[in-house]
Amino acid sequence: MAVKTQKKATSIDMTAMCDVAFLLLTFFILTATAKVPEAMPVDMPASTVQSKLPESNLATLTIGNKGTVFFDLKGKEVRIQTLEKMAEKYGVEFTEEDKKEFSLMEGFGVDIASLKSVIEMKSSQRLKADQPGVPKDSLNNQLAEWLRFARQANIDINDKELEVAIKGDAKEEYPSIRKVMDILQDQGVNSFSLVTGLRGKDF
Amino acid sequence: MAELNTGDGGGGKDKKVRSKKQNSKVDLTAMVDLAFLLITFFMLTTTLSKPKAMELGLPDKQDDPTDKPIKVDENRTMTILLGDNNKLVRYVGLLATPVAGGAPKDFTYGKEGIREELMSRKASVLAYSTAKGKPKNGMIVIIKPSKKSNYRNLIDILDEMGIVEVPTYAIVNDFSPEETKLLEGK
Repeated sequence: MAVKTQKKATSIDMTAMCDVAFLLLTFFILTATAKVPEAMPVDMPASTVQSKLPESNLATLTIGNKGTVFFDLKGKEVRIQTLEKMAEKYGVEFTEEDKKEFSLMEGFGVDIASLKSVIEMKSSQRLKADQPGVPKDSLNNQLAEWLRFARQANIDINDKELEVAIKGDAKEEYPSIRKVMDILQDQGVNSFSLVTGLRGKDF
Repeated sequence: MAELNTGDGGGGKDKKVRSKKQNSKVDLTAMVDLAFLLITFFMLTTTLSKPKAMELGLPDKQDDPTDKPIKVDENRTMTILLGDNNKLVRYVGLLATPVAGGAPKDFTYGKEGIREELMSRKASVLAYSTAKGKPKNGMIVIIKPSKKSNYRNLIDILDEMGIVEVPTYAIVNDFSPEETKLLEGK
């Protein structure tokens, strides 16, 4: 006589699992801040500091790739006003669409003359485009101008002093960092943040 | 798997019209699948570790020729030279006449290296100042990054300053020929 194997129900109660899954889902949706693609990804050095980078009133200078500097600014209106002032100074025309696109795009690293073509690219193209960095030598110091106008625009709009953060690549040599610090100091910005990653106290 | 029941339709002899008993179980498998798919998506697109900001204040840059350099007690100063390939040399006091035990010496970054030295030197400076009756005068660290040092070295040493709680430190860019030799030599 063959022993009958007991037939088990093939369906499992999924209710609890479903609850957990949706709880986690809700958590991740609420805490998510989408990763913003960067035009020039840098490997930040780690430190033990705990203070967070401010979310607004911030200009980020990304330094990487042998002294290439990218400029990024938070705040749509501040960006538009800064662009307008720069356009006026360097005699470059931007349309309203360009300005709108500029207010939403990521950091850039090109001469103001070729900024228009970068704005007109699609964001995926922009990331692939080989941007040479914002000019910062003493004859054509556009980086300093960007900073100056951004600070003015931020005071006009947010009524606050713009904070500046330097985001350098860990392998970047000191002189190129110092060059950017010098540009900041020439404008009287003596206090700024250095962006770092996080590590434990016992490294 | 699906257990949607379709009643058996039979037994119509009852006089009362019975509402059809529905099976309360709904198959949740697909829903769970979807939920986990979304969780995976959000987990991968989230940046959990937000970047941290290290505050750095530099002294005002002024080229005032009438400004006289401030003299400090050389017993309180330690100079740290940052070289290439993570080289780090420190000396205490003046380079020509270093304080006892403070001759130029190589150190490594991190816990076992420069941090121990900074800790012990900080304590001895404090003892020295207290003996002179000025316990508020702590150690002064002068950081001199060379042209070959990289950004990671600078951040590491500034971080060390924060961990050890050095009261006064400064980044200085001037290199004397002797100091350059010190970094290149050996």
